[in-house]
Amino acid sequence: MVDISQRLKFSRYRLDRQAHIEVDYVKCRRCTHRACLTACPAQCYLAHAENGVLFNYEGCLECGTCYVICDLGALKWNYPKGGCGVNYRFA
Amino acid sequence: MNSNNFDVIVVGAGPAGITAALLLARKGLKVTLLERGEFPGSKNMFGGAVFGRVLHDIIPEYWTKAPFERFISRKMITMLAEDSAVSLDFHSAAFKKPPYNGFVVQRTSFDRWYAQEAVKAGAVLLTQTVADDIIREGSQVVGVMARRPQGELRAKVVIAADGAVSLLAKKAGLRREFTPNQFSLGVKEVVQLPAGALEERLGLTGDEGMSNEFLGRMGGGLHGGAFIYTNRDCLSLGVVAQAHSLKARKATIYDALDQFKRHPAVAPLLEGGRFLEYSAHLIPEAGINMVPQLFTGGMMVAGDAAGLVLAGGVFLEGVNFAIAAGKAAAETAIQAFEKGSFDQAAMAEYEVRLKESFVLQDIDRFKTAIPMLLNERLYEVYPSFVCRTLENWFMVDGTGHPKLAGMVKRLLGEDMGLWQMTKDGYQFGRAMLW
Ligand SMILES: Cc1cc2nc3c(=O)[nH]c(=O)nc-3n(C[C@H](O)[C@H](O)[C@H](O)COP(=O)(O)OP(=O)(O)OC[C@H]3O[C@@H](n4cnc5c(N)ncnc54)[C@H](O)[C@@H]3O)c2cc1C
Ligand code: SF4
Ligand code: SF4
Repeated sequence: MVDISQRLKFSRYRLDRQAHIEVDYVKCRRCTHRACLTACPAQCYLAHAENGVLFNYEGCLECGTCYVICDLGALKWNYPKGGCGVNYRFA
Repeated sequence: MNSNNFDVIVVGAGPAGITAALLLARKGLKVTLLERGEFPGSKNMFGGAVFGRVLHDIIPEYWTKAPFERFISRKMITMLAEDSAVSLDFHSAAFKKPPYNGFVVQRTSFDRWYAQEAVKAGAVLLTQTVADDIIREGSQVVGVMARRPQGELRAKVVIAADGAVSLLAKKAGLRREFTPNQFSLGVKEVVQLPAGALEERLGLTGDEGMSNEFLGRMGGGLHGGAFIYTNRDCLSLGVVAQAHSLKARKATIYDALDQFKRHPAVAPLLEGGRFLEYSAHLIPEAGINMVPQLFTGGMMVAGDAAGLVLAGGVFLEGVNFAIAAGKAAAETAIQAFEKGSFDQAAMAEYEVRLKESFVLQDIDRFKTAIPMLLNERLYEVYPSFVCRTLENWFMVDGTGHPKLAGMVKRLLGEDMGLWQMTKDGYQFGRAMLW
């Protein structure tokens, strides 16, 4: 599998101390597809034995894909605080 | 007037919001433009080409001022099979002359420049400012809550131009839940090429540029496509996949991107390239099926936030639609100020203007493309079928050349019947031709 974190290192992030997306793992535990694991383009969701998934917000590209595909309403999805998150150089 | 009071608040400094703010400021209205990023463009990504005829109307000869990479003189469309490809390669003399057909730009420099034009006209740009909610009085929208101290900002009109995942349109109750069949995900890489390589490999001189849109089954069986655009001395390339197929296939878009980069039609272009950036963004692709309620009292929704994108498989236009929608919203607001009325009936003028312009006309005309784009055979069968047919036909292997018809029939038999192809042909025709 491609390691996306290597590519994300080329972008400048300003990290908020607080995660901008909150995951309700109680819902993830009974999720049958866990599509966020493969759908997130930044590999923010990793497989986790107990919770099903483990979310890391640091590399998030703020695209909204997880929000759009999660059908259990497990995500409290938002944009990071103003000025925080990813800063592109080109895009 | 208190510093938190405006005539108009525009949320989102992308092409839609900037256009609205620019035109409103030119009329002398007190307008603020809120952008969550560090600067306009810092969060934005696209393929990309700006088809700037609408921009030319707003900033005449914008190409003498805007930071662009190259104008597109060579436009390619490619059908991709696993290890072969068929292209249509279009060169146009008209595309090389003012007003030009399209420009490749990078959003960090283009959006930043365009927003400065709005600031020069008098708009107040507030960066690093997220609009979290709208403020209502009864049924009328009267402002937004920004995520900052004293974040209550008030105005007669709010224009939500907050992009594909428009949380504001949702909070205003103007759109329903976001669903996977409304969106495609795009990822893009920018790759620096050795000096002179880009011109040499693509046969370009001066400021000439190329775009290539690919259609086919992407790696992992994802439904979507891919693209390549020429910047000054680097390439932008990426893969687009329908969100529902990402969900169903459990394949990753970055693996599909890597596979695309290794394709024999693509790899030679990238040789010696140095990776510069990876980015991701959603495209609202459901056309008329996802356009929300476009207005309510005191509020309009413009650009991607309203799903105003024209997607036809091998073309994707959003920036020009966003600019035109931003313009229609500004004109509606200006008229509302002239009449002194900002209620739902006054805002309804916005939809009328969109219907009179190419925005809703094109989106309505191409609604027949949506069933085509959701037809799995467009990705699973036809591109590889065309490639295999030509491969067989062109192959000189000493067994003699077959006539095309017999071969098509044989190869077709492997995938499906003639009747299916006839039906699909009709669907594709309805989508694109008539
Ligand atoms: C992979 C890909 C390829 C594309 N290729 C092309 C192409 O080649 N040609 C073309 O014409 N179109 C293309 N598009 C479509 C095009 O990018 C969009 O249609 C266009 O950018 C829409 O403009 P907009 O102003 O509506 O939204 P955006 O450009 O998305 O701007 C929205 C702005 O709002 C800000 N924002 C969002 N929420 C908030 C908030 N709550 N508070 C404050 N600010 C906020 C964002 O940071 C952003 O700056 C492509 C899109 C993608 C994803
Ligand atoms: S976030 Fe949604 S899609 Fe992902 S595991 Fe949890 S419930 Fe499933
Ligand atoms: S918003 Fe996009 S990048 Fe961020 S976690 Fe969700 S899918 Fe991943």
